Amino acid sequence: MPTTLTPVLSAHWDEPRAWSLTAYERHGGYRGLRRALTMEPAQVVQAVKDSGLRGRGGAGFPTGMKWGFLPPPDGGPRYLVVNADESEPGTCKDIPTMLASPQHLIEGVAITSYAIGCAHAFIYVRGEVLHVLRRLQKAVEEAYAAGYLGQDVLGSGYSLDVTVHAGAGAYICGEETALLDSLEGLRGQPRLKPPFPAVAGLYARPTVVNNVESVASVPGILRGGAEWFTGMGTERSAGHGLFSLSGHVTRPGQYEAPLGITLRELLDMAGGVREGHELKFWTPGGSSTPIFTAEHLDVPLDYESVGKAGSMLGTRALQIFDETVSVVRAVTRWTEFYKHESCGKCTPCREGTYWLVQVLQRFERGQGTEADIELLLDLCDNILGRSFCALGDGATSCITSAVQYFRDEFEAGTHTPADVLFPPERSARFAYTPRARTAQLAGVH
Amino acid sequence: MTLTPERTTVASGTPLVPAAPPAPPVVPEKTVTFQIDGVETTVPKGTLVIRAAERLGIQIPRFCDHPLLAPAGACRQCLVEVWAPGRDGNLAKMPKPQASCTLEATDGMQVRTQHTSPEADKAQHGVMELLLVNHPLDCPVCDKGGECPLQNQAMSNGRATSRFVDVKRTFPKPIAISTQILLDRERCVLCQRCTRFSEEIAGDVFIDLQMRGARQQIGTFDTRVLDFAPDPGTGDVVPGGEAVPSTTEADAQAVVSPDGPVGVSLPDASGRPFSSYFSGNTVQICPVGALTSAAYRFRSRPFDLVSTPGIAEHDSSGSAIRVDHRRGVVLRRLAAEDPTVNQEWLTDKDRFAFRWQAAPDRLTVPMVRTRHADGTRGPLEPVSWTEALDVAAEGLSAALAAVEEPEGVEPGLLHRVASRLTGRDEPVARPTGGVGLLPGGRLTLEDAYAWAKTARVVLGTNDVDLRARPHSAEEAAFLAHAVAGRTLEVTYADVAAAPVVLLAGLEAEDEGGILFLRLREQVTKRRARVLSVAPWASRGLQRLDGTLLPAAPGTEAEVLDGIAAGARHEGLAEAAELLAQPGAVVLVGERLAGVRGGLSAALRLAARTGARLAWVPRRAGERGGVEAGALPGLLPGGRVVTDAGARVDVAAAWGVPTLPSTPGRSTGEILAAAAAGQLGALLVGGVDPGDLPDPAAALEALAAVPFLVSLEVRASAVTELADVVLPVAPPVEKAGTFVTWEGRPRPFPQALVSTALPDHRVLHALADAMGVDLGLRSLADVHAELDVLGGWDGGRASAPDERPAEPVTVPAGHALLATWHGLLDAGRLQDGDVHLAGTAPRPVARLSAATAAAAGVADGEPLTVSTAAGSLTLPAVVTAMPDHVVWLPTNAPGCPVRAALRADAGDLVALAAASAAGAGPSAGAAARPAVTGRVGGDAGLVDGGADGTSTAGTAPTGRTSGYATGSTSGPVTGTGEERA
Repeated sequence: MPTTLTPVLSAHWDEPRAWSLTAYERHGGYRGLRRALTMEPAQVVQAVKDSGLRGRGGAGFPTGMKWGFLPPPDGGPRYLVVNADESEPGTCKDIPTMLASPQHLIEGVAITSYAIGCAHAFIYVRGEVLHVLRRLQKAVEEAYAAGYLGQDVLGSGYSLDVTVHAGAGAYICGEETALLDSLEGLRGQPRLKPPFPAVAGLYARPTVVNNVESVASVPGILRGGAEWFTGMGTERSAGHGLFSLSGHVTRPGQYEAPLGITLRELLDMAGGVREGHELKFWTPGGSSTPIFTAEHLDVPLDYESVGKAGSMLGTRALQIFDETVSVVRAVTRWTEFYKHESCGKCTPCREGTYWLVQVLQRFERGQGTEADIELLLDLCDNILGRSFCALGDGATSCITSAVQYFRDEFEAGTHTPADVLFPPERSARFAYTPRARTAQLAGVH
Repeated sequence: MTLTPERTTVASGTPLVPAAPPAPPVVPEKTVTFQIDGVETTVPKGTLVIRAAERLGIQIPRFCDHPLLAPAGACRQCLVEVWAPGRDGNLAKMPKPQASCTLEATDGMQVRTQHTSPEADKAQHGVMELLLVNHPLDCPVCDKGGECPLQNQAMSNGRATSRFVDVKRTFPKPIAISTQILLDRERCVLCQRCTRFSEEIAGDVFIDLQMRGARQQIGTFDTRVLDFAPDPGTGDVVPGGEAVPSTTEADAQAVVSPDGPVGVSLPDASGRPFSSYFSGNTVQICPVGALTSAAYRFRSRPFDLVSTPGIAEHDSSGSAIRVDHRRGVVLRRLAAEDPTVNQEWLTDKDRFAFRWQAAPDRLTVPMVRTRHADGTRGPLEPVSWTEALDVAAEGLSAALAAVEEPEGVEPGLLHRVASRLTGRDEPVARPTGGVGLLPGGRLTLEDAYAWAKTARVVLGTNDVDLRARPHSAEEAAFLAHAVAGRTLEVTYADVAAAPVVLLAGLEAEDEGGILFLRLREQVTKRRARVLSVAPWASRGLQRLDGTLLPAAPGTEAEVLDGIAAGARHEGLAEAAELLAQPGAVVLVGERLAGVRGGLSAALRLAARTGARLAWVPRRAGERGGVEAGALPGLLPGGRVVTDAGARVDVAAAWGVPTLPSTPGRSTGEILAAAAAGQLGALLVGGVDPGDLPDPAAALEALAAVPFLVSLEVRASAVTELADVVLPVAPPVEKAGTFVTWEGRPRPFPQALVSTALPDHRVLHALADAMGVDLGLRSLADVHAELDVLGGWDGGRASAPDERPAEPVTVPAGHALLATWHGLLDAGRLQDGDVHLAGTAPRPVARLSAATAAAAGVADGEPLTVSTAAGSLTLPAVVTAMPDHVVWLPTNAPGCPVRAALRADAGDLVALAAASAAGAGPSAGAAARPAVTGRVGGDAGLVDGGADGTSTAGTAPTGRTSGYATGSTSGPVTGTGEERA
């Protein structure tokens, strides 16, 4: 039986003014919160544990278990921080969610805060997406006005404040401890763990940091029950998730489906790779996950199967590249991103990405050497698992997997520039003249 | 050794200044047992793997790790392979290599370092290669070359050749962070030791990280680096062509807000925002050559240097230092490690101010002044030691010969000495005579002891006083009662363990930098409280998160007496509550000597609350001098001059029949006597007349005394007037012992080969020339004698019990002067260190908004402070402090308060806007409404009833006190109240 879409968060995105509170309430919005407020907080935590919801931010840590790590209440404040600093190349699920249905997130924030005993929650939004920030702030205002936030939520006696905070433009602030530092007004760099945020997070108080999609999935669990949720997906990767198809695909967009769906099924729904072309490689979960090729079309997109196949489910950012794309060039662009976004705290990531970019650019110019391929792999080995946080690890995976599957292109990069092998205009969806042809530059070098 | 019967009366077997007992071993509550490279070790729970490895002698390379800083895990150089027992109890390998500088050891863990694990070895090699990617490898021209952790560990844990053939990141070099600290950013490995030091230890964040990734760099707040809007100001260019952001005075002043947060600072002497008194530590802990000091840059290679341990001579902290010298020239000083005292830190003054010891005006040969026929002074002529000593002995003997036989001196001794030297049977007829001794406060224990003994044994007098600063009889009594002979009663460890420390008349950062760091450690790590009785909350106090108990100068005693349970003022009541906690400490500074009743009030406070009391002098030699008996009322070890038993005890040890029994004269009295012609001669050590309460009067006295002998390191105002100049060795050219404020002996060896003689040898030779065997020919002799003398468990002096002075009425246009010494100022021990001088805070006059308004100056405008003796003009900085008070740095460049104003803390000075000052302060003041302030506070503290004395109906009256009076009494604000 072919897998079908299971729109939950995205169910009503196509309605007029889908982002408004009235639209959200029309479709059963805030029933989850009303239900949660009738339960003991511990019961809410248990419900989420039972649902098997795993973190949708990439690592896939069980959300209910994360909540359960908080120490028992000591009378001091506890915080929920929503990580809405979505900046991974290719990843584009949280921002559409907040844009089209922000109340899903806010209801989730209210339920989660109630469950963990938090009276002040923060939503840390990527600063570049001003339109989302505005819409979220408006949504929070609406929720306050409707009594879903603020003093005495829905007459339950429970009070919650929500602060929407704009980041200042740093990929690293999507790392939970760097996010907390940034939220505290400090330089955004990852913190030493332990102590983990559950013990000493924001302002050194117990803190839960959850991804937007994870939190937004909570109201559905409360409304529909854990069984409804586990009815979707696989045994260990339960529920629905947003699959973001982008790149050389006929109908790119958000496809909300149960975990475990395959790219082949998703591509069928999306009209396939753009006409006249074929799939060359793709990322299962954003640029930080090792790339897949056409041979992985039938890998079920759940945490376990993707892991077993040598990559990570990550953020389900499925970037599709057809045969016109130079792997060397794509990997170089990604690595340039990591070099630019490395926070600079630890040596392997800071210096390693700086070096990797220079080596990759040699391949792109057709000036690499055979030894450079081994150098790339050895550098990646010296960065992977040696850096302070996962950013450094993520920077290497696209390189090692690219060399694994497309070593011949790197070998070609020892004599021919990438844009000669793969003229960039062929990859474009529209007529495109590159501003500076490397072919011309190649003569210079 | 046989003891004479008298010597058996030496009651105590302890040395005069006993060393601290070794700290008892700390028994950890919980331990963990684990293995490193197969070696089993047991360490206290919480120990980091890298520390545990050090204890086993296993070196793991590292850069960001520093034992005194919080773990960072930034450089990733110390990666090791770790196996740890899982939940099932089976040993499992951690998937990634772990940073041993952040990993706490746990039971059963197995750590494999680069010695036993290929994975750890490869990880370390990989990180090292990456560290060198953007390092310039300019070791041949780098100051750090030869002692560089990066260089060394690149050799031990790096690849022999680099695979990096690409483009390195470069920066213009160097950035001058201050006139002293230079930063070569391309050498930096971004370990953040420097920024962590300034944040965690010193608390003055003057550099921080900016940008990110490979462009991340250390720097000051640089608008261009940070890509801010262009700075309209003009950037000035520093060596290396790097334009630094505009930090002109106007800009820096613009960020000044005395009430502002910590970190906002006045400009330093070079016009940059003031950086730090501790910035030199960042140079020392930098694991590469990124941070260098202008004073040492390109001066030497470390392998050409000879290192000698030493003790810093600039304050009473007793910091352990390392003196690095080459061919007889000191090139730099570094902090040495001493966990009980300075840990691994040093003030910039202790680190960088050493050139005074080899200044061009160093005295190397003895000199004798010829006198013209009319008795006026001729020039100084170099002479041999023999001749100089003979002339000195003759002059001193002549002075002694004129003296009335003092009570207690062996009958006829002085006359015999004098007649032998003068060749006459009868003493020279003079109306009065005798010799006064002013050793100065910077001597070693041994030298101070020689001065003390010379006074009593050779010159038959108790007229010896080391205090070359404002002092009082009350202070002498305080020292005799509460300080002398009470060594190590309050130590750094006690301060570090105290729940609360009250500072009275003590500016910890300026007067004892290491004490400040220890206080800060206690505040940041143990959340202890610091209270300070002072006129305003200094930047140092703010960084201690301290509570100001505001006191106008002269009213400190009143405030101390006001600290009592149930005090009307809640700040004082809270202070009383805090000080009643076990372990509370009260620290008083030298400045309290100038406040009538101040030290008595501190004693009363300690007795009332149970807090322990310690005296923190500013100078390195003062505590040792007190123990050595270089005070008019004290013999060594706290023995009181007027105690016959004590005199017998000391006389026995010294092998003399008797000692003079009348207490001697204080520094002020000695100088007054000299000026009045009542002294025949003065023997003066390292005394700068500018430090004395009235420098002009002191110079007059020195000029008036018939015979003046000076023991000095460098030419000075005293040698200008001296009849005989005997050169003595600076600390670097002699061995000796400084005694910290705690009473902890800090012996140090001689660093440089030198022919210069320490004071005790010169005094021994002088005594010899006078026919007396002082018995202090060598350091060993001195130590033997100090040990024989030992401590004293006999009677102590009784406590002073002075009452606070009556409040002063401040006439219109006047204010009370508050003043203390900054760490960096115009002191002679900083001569020649220009780079250091540029980092001193710029001298300013501080006063409250109301006082400034009354004086007609706005914030930043020049203010003239004057007395009948002279005036000083400085920029005014409006500060939260009591009204009718003006603060000046005592001896900042261009601000010699004592010389120019002949005034000291608590004295009245006139205030005027600099423009109006030409007409005279009184004229300027008369033009404004008469604002009369009465300075005091007793009523405010005790009964709160009396309002400011009301004068003419139209004139607003003010009362200056630390506290608002009457019904508006509120929390401590530091501002006085002025009411109409």
